[in-house]
Amino acid sequence: MYLFAGLLGLLNVNAFKHGLVENIGVAVMTLSVVFAVLFLTYTKRWKWLFSEWLTSLDHKKIGIMYIVVALLMLVKAGTDAAMMRIQQSISVGSNQGFLTASHYQQIFSAHGTTMIFFAAMGLMFGLINIGVPLLIGTRDVAFPLLNSISFWLFTAGMILLNTSLAIGDFSGAGWLAYPPLSELQFSPSVGVDYWIWSLQIAGVGSLLSGINFIVTIIKNRAQGMTLMKMPMFVWSAFGSMTLVIFAFPILTVTITLLYLDRFLGMHFFTGAGGGNPMMYVNLIWAWGHPEVYILILPAFGVFSEVVATFSRKRLFGYTSMVWAIWAIVLLSFTVWLHHFFTMGAGADVNGFFGIMTMIIAIPTGVKIFNWLFTMFRGRIKFATPMIYFMGFIFLFSIGGVAGVLMAVPPIDFQLNNSLFLVAHFHSMIVSGVLFGYFAGITYWFPKLFGFKLKDLIGRYAAYFWITGFVLAFVPLYILGFMGATRRMNHYATNLGFQPLFIVAAIGVGIIGLGLATQILTVLASIKERKQLKDTSGDPWDGRTLEWSIPSPAPEYNYAILPIVSKRDQFWEDKQKDSKPKRDKFKDFEVPKNSYIGLFIAFFAFSLGFAAVWHILWLFIFGLLGIILTIIIRSQSEDTNRLMTFDDLTTKDKLALKEQN
Amino acid sequence: MKKIKLLLAVIIPVLILYAAYVYLKTVNIAVLNPKGQVALKEKHLIIFASILSLFVLVPVYSMLIFFAFRYNEKNTKSKYSPNFDHSRIFESVWWGIPTVLILILSVVTWKSSHDLDPYKLISSNKPVLNIQVVTMDWKWLFIYPDAQVASVNRLVIPDNTPVNLEITSDAPMNQIWIPQLAGQIMTMPGMVTHLNLIGNTDGTYLGRSTNISGDGFAGMTFNTDVVSSAGYNNWINKARQSQNVLNIASYNQLNKPSEYVPVSYYSYASPDVFSYIYNKYMGPSNANMTMGMKN
Repeated sequence: MYLFAGLLGLLNVNAFKHGLVENIGVAVMTLSVVFAVLFLTYTKRWKWLFSEWLTSLDHKKIGIMYIVVALLMLVKAGTDAAMMRIQQSISVGSNQGFLTASHYQQIFSAHGTTMIFFAAMGLMFGLINIGVPLLIGTRDVAFPLLNSISFWLFTAGMILLNTSLAIGDFSGAGWLAYPPLSELQFSPSVGVDYWIWSLQIAGVGSLLSGINFIVTIIKNRAQGMTLMKMPMFVWSAFGSMTLVIFAFPILTVTITLLYLDRFLGMHFFTGAGGGNPMMYVNLIWAWGHPEVYILILPAFGVFSEVVATFSRKRLFGYTSMVWAIWAIVLLSFTVWLHHFFTMGAGADVNGFFGIMTMIIAIPTGVKIFNWLFTMFRGRIKFATPMIYFMGFIFLFSIGGVAGVLMAVPPIDFQLNNSLFLVAHFHSMIVSGVLFGYFAGITYWFPKLFGFKLKDLIGRYAAYFWITGFVLAFVPLYILGFMGATRRMNHYATNLGFQPLFIVAAIGVGIIGLGLATQILTVLASIKERKQLKDTSGDPWDGRTLEWSIPSPAPEYNYAILPIVSKRDQFWEDKQKDSKPKRDKFKDFEVPKNSYIGLFIAFFAFSLGFAAVWHILWLFIFGLLGIILTIIIRSQSEDTNRLMTFDDLTTKDKLALKEQN
Repeated sequence: MKKIKLLLAVIIPVLILYAAYVYLKTVNIAVLNPKGQVALKEKHLIIFASILSLFVLVPVYSMLIFFAFRYNEKNTKSKYSPNFDHSRIFESVWWGIPTVLILILSVVTWKSSHDLDPYKLISSNKPVLNIQVVTMDWKWLFIYPDAQVASVNRLVIPDNTPVNLEITSDAPMNQIWIPQLAGQIMTMPGMVTHLNLIGNTDGTYLGRSTNISGDGFAGMTFNTDVVSSAGYNNWINKARQSQNVLNIASYNQLNKPSEYVPVSYYSYASPDVFSYIYNKYMGPSNANMTMGMKN
């Protein structure tokens, strides 16, 4: 049987044979890991790494780790994008470019998968981790260990996906792996299985996070912070996490069915044997469309905080904003069919889904107007996060209009799967999601590290991103009208596509420059951290609770939990120069560090790798490992550490003494 | 210095736009250059929806730029009202105006979805020409059931004649797109989809697959010739000169994966080939769906 063939399953020496380009990729990846190991050994930082970071249950540290992983993946998938555009700039007429068709297909599949699941999702969970507990005035998330497990499952999925570069190959069926192409008949290699299992593992992590943050928001808010007094970022995280818990189970089930098709020869989605590939397309978009809003809602939330703070003004239309978020949450489950009007469902069905899609534009438009009117009669400081906001409104509006255009089914018939579509969703995800998270990272950086990022160079990075984006994607809008489709590794000369592809490739280069400038910003800021130090804890003249505590925020966030009676309590207190209402200090508990997340990730990776290569013993090892780890942990009662007055940071001690 | 900067900020974009304009005049912007009634109506819809969207874009951009200058912290003379966070009138305006715009667009959407339903036969005084389309790894097979000829990677249709493409796939899903004639529709194994189109101007228009289907995907292009009815008859006669005959045996030969396949013709196409192809994928449970799908 091919199901479980021997000790190594399907794995053999051929899995390690690659073309030149792939080998360069493997070499870069391996060298990076080797370099990191050497660096840690040389600087004797292994113990520090484990005790301070990898086993930490502090939501801020977990958030930072999410962001570090996500930025690595952003660079990796950005390299994929650059390779695609270079290929398309040269692969014209008789020239076949430097990538084979199958390698090109793996690259765009990996680009989409990595960007959505590991770059964008990672940035999102990172910022929610950092932001939500701080903004609602609590010490940690509801389930700190679960939070660590979520992060490590996310990382295990990431490692599994990147393993495909070195061992075997990756899916070439696009980031959503439509069957029958993704079925065994047309994709006989392990690529699709890598896709399935890296998403499966990361997806379980996302679902657990979703539950964790919903409970955190419902249960852990500061005393007096009723729902309608929550900062907008928390509302948006609430909406996003609600979508996660409803949407991710669909993904889990759908790709499990696909795996059963591939592994056990079932016929859920096969062309033959009574399978129905259209069912897969419906199911994957029933998850996939909400997924887009999962990513963008927290970015909207960041912008809501950023605009209010840097305009030094209350957020305009708070109630409208809340309703807009929940309208989007609800509607996002009613539009999935617009991804495949071309399936030929009939005019009534297409018309209905087209109209539902347009209706989503209304709450989104309301949000944009509310942000603009937050600027109205404000005192706007154009720091880096505000530059991202300006770029966001500028580019996102175009993308939104393109989206509304394609919501009209007959227009979609012309533009579906064209590069116009590619330009549209990049307008949403780059200028909406990424810019939002970049703004968020810059905004909360001082609270995490105790010093600000250099503003001037940070602004230049934002300008590079915006310019690069325009150059990289405006040509794609035009190419779509010219009849260029997505995922072409080659095209004919006489179509006139080439000059536009070259401009787009230059745009990608400028985006790369933006990314490099961002890294430079961090390095330059570390170098000048003394000058950039945030001594006040409130570097932006902020509005929400997190700015009331010292920077960097201590492990426990709040020595005394805050009490709230208004929206923007901290800002209101500053205006009246009144001292915030506080309880007396009481001892409290924080969670102890734990290796459980690491263990579970290790076992989950083993399980996933075994499922990809059909290695029975390893699969059982992984599965039992996870179950046993959970059982053993559940027996432990020594999970928390008591914090008394003596354990507080010096700053907090001083502040408390002063208060008394 | 400031003046020079401002001048550059105007001149550079103008130059770039001009260069783009000059370049774009030399190429065929297929979607905006329709040669058939369906694509023409779709183009009109695109223009209508774009103009409608300006009602949102223009105010958003003007406010963004105006507010950014007016309420910049350096401009201390501007009004500052830090607690102004709610206005029933303003908020009604921006819940209201988009709602009205979307209402207008919804009516257009509903009507055009029905009017331009790809399954809807195009009314004309000429009879509808049925052509069967099959996507294979990685080529297009066009079967003309009335003339009983077939071609690979070449579609020829008579001008001003409504054409009903009956489409299936003997491979992963693909998607047919001839942008100058009509929009796209998926091709799926075990399913028959329809695309009705008409060519009003003679010429050769590129068609391609737009849904990734594996290694030879980029090579899945075909030329569509819209010709006079005399030209169409000539072409049928030319196809009939071919040595090849399309029956189930030769079809199975053709079905072997191949890339960048040159145009070829079949002088005779057996009428059972098309139903053979989509029935291949019918499981026992949905075999009875065949009837419904053919209609």
